[in-house]
Amino acid sequence: MAKPKVPGLFKGLGVTFGTLMRTATEGSNTIQYPHEKETPPVRARGVIALHEGNCTSCMLCARSCPDWCIYIEGHKELAPPRRAGGSPRKVNKLDRFDIDYALCMYCGICVEVCPFDALFWSPEYEYSEPRIADLLHDKSKLGEWMETVPEAPELEAGADKKGKK
Amino acid sequence: MNAAVLSADLAYWAQSLLRVLGGLVAVLLPAGTIVYLFLFKMMSFMQSRLGPMEAGPYGSMQLFAEVGKWLQKEDIYPARADKFLFKIAPLIVLASTFLLVAVVPFGPDAWFTDFEAGVFYMLAVSSVSVLGILIAGWSSANKYSLLGGLRAAGQLIAYELPMVLAVVGVVIQAGTMNMQGIVVAQNAGSMFGWDGLGNPYVLTQFVGFVIFMIAVQAELTQTPFDMPIAESELVSGYMTEYSGFRFLIFFIGEFATAGVFSMIASVLFLGGWAVPFSWFGWTNLNDIDNWMNVAGPLILFTKMVVLSFIIMWVRFSFPRFREDQLQRFAWKVLIPVSLVNIMLTAIFKVAF
Repeated sequence: MAKPKVPGLFKGLGVTFGTLMRTATEGSNTIQYPHEKETPPVRARGVIALHEGNCTSCMLCARSCPDWCIYIEGHKELAPPRRAGGSPRKVNKLDRFDIDYALCMYCGICVEVCPFDALFWSPEYEYSEPRIADLLHDKSKLGEWMETVPEAPELEAGADKKGKK
Repeated sequence: MNAAVLSADLAYWAQSLLRVLGGLVAVLLPAGTIVYLFLFKMMSFMQSRLGPMEAGPYGSMQLFAEVGKWLQKEDIYPARADKFLFKIAPLIVLASTFLLVAVVPFGPDAWFTDFEAGVFYMLAVSSVSVLGILIAGWSSANKYSLLGGLRAAGQLIAYELPMVLAVVGVVIQAGTMNMQGIVVAQNAGSMFGWDGLGNPYVLTQFVGFVIFMIAVQAELTQTPFDMPIAESELVSGYMTEYSGFRFLIFFIGEFATAGVFSMIASVLFLGGWAVPFSWFGWTNLNDIDNWMNVAGPLILFTKMVVLSFIIMWVRFSFPRFREDQLQRFAWKVLIPVSLVNIMLTAIFKVAF
């Protein structure tokens, strides 16, 4: 036998009252933010961290950024040769690497495009500032975010190992 | 009616002062209760969140913080507004609320005025707020305000009618237009010879009660009927240009009127401030003990909270009507049904 049909009006009242009782007995879906904090998912896009040693100032990230919020300056330096008697190597030295989080739209293209694994997503999200200029994170500040970057997840079985064979 | 015991020995100015203070309490206390209990807390819980929690225990002081915020804001009016009308419009709306509370009986002797044509006066005064809203919409010099004001006028006038017609049934049954008389008639009455519950008119006039509550919902422009302030179409309707203290007056007016209308509905349909007289062996108003002057307002307040719970519950559950649906509902459903209700009530009144 079919269930007796409840008019939609009363069904609607039932939904709101049910939610009321559930919130009263089991608690709400929200949390009281400054007092308790939600842990974001591990791969959440909170802030972009920079591993300075990997960066070759190739400018790929700066050019692919839709908002033009990455500023890179660098110069070439001579480094000692790899083998004795060789000519000195030329390396790119990073002078400036800034990300303006007032402009960033968290698309993650820079992280995707980086060929040397210098940029990482970190789930950290509490870096609001009273002054908008302070949202421009420089090289050292972006480097500090590296500590909050979670370990990369295990590769799937049979996946090609990245990097040197 | 016996003289007001509480104020009989006082000078006229002292009685007036008491009445003004009582009126303030009777308007502001329900408004505060409704805003905190229902607008802040119940709405949040129905959306699975907690609402204000920071100001005071469980956010109970939030309302004072909000009032403080509003009082600090600049009193802005549009450059091309009609300044005098713009300023008095919210006061007219609030004045209608204060005038409404004047006829509500709170106890055997606790009333502001004992008015023989109380129901008639209540219905007349409740439509004064239409003027305030229309003035607010017109004087703001804003398209949205004007549209909101006109929508409000159309809606409030359309729903005034079913409200009046729904109350007529109660008046026929009670045989009096005095609000105190209606309370006495309900609680001294009996159902088929059994007087354990008196005779609350919500049972005999259930259709009238439902129509009255729907009309109240529309009069208050609460959500299923909130075209006048439809924020997705009209920004905020007639309140668009108001800020600070004047918006606060509109806000208090809205929720205080919700409280006062709930009190009136409980007087007309739920037995008002009284308990069934048979419980204590009373037969008429003069028998009632003096402690009912204290207990009565509390009982009425409880009934007010229950009824405004229903008003707010409906408000938080349903989406908005379209303008033509609203008018069709008033003229083609509510008014014919209430006319039939009046006819049946009159027939039964004569038959029994």
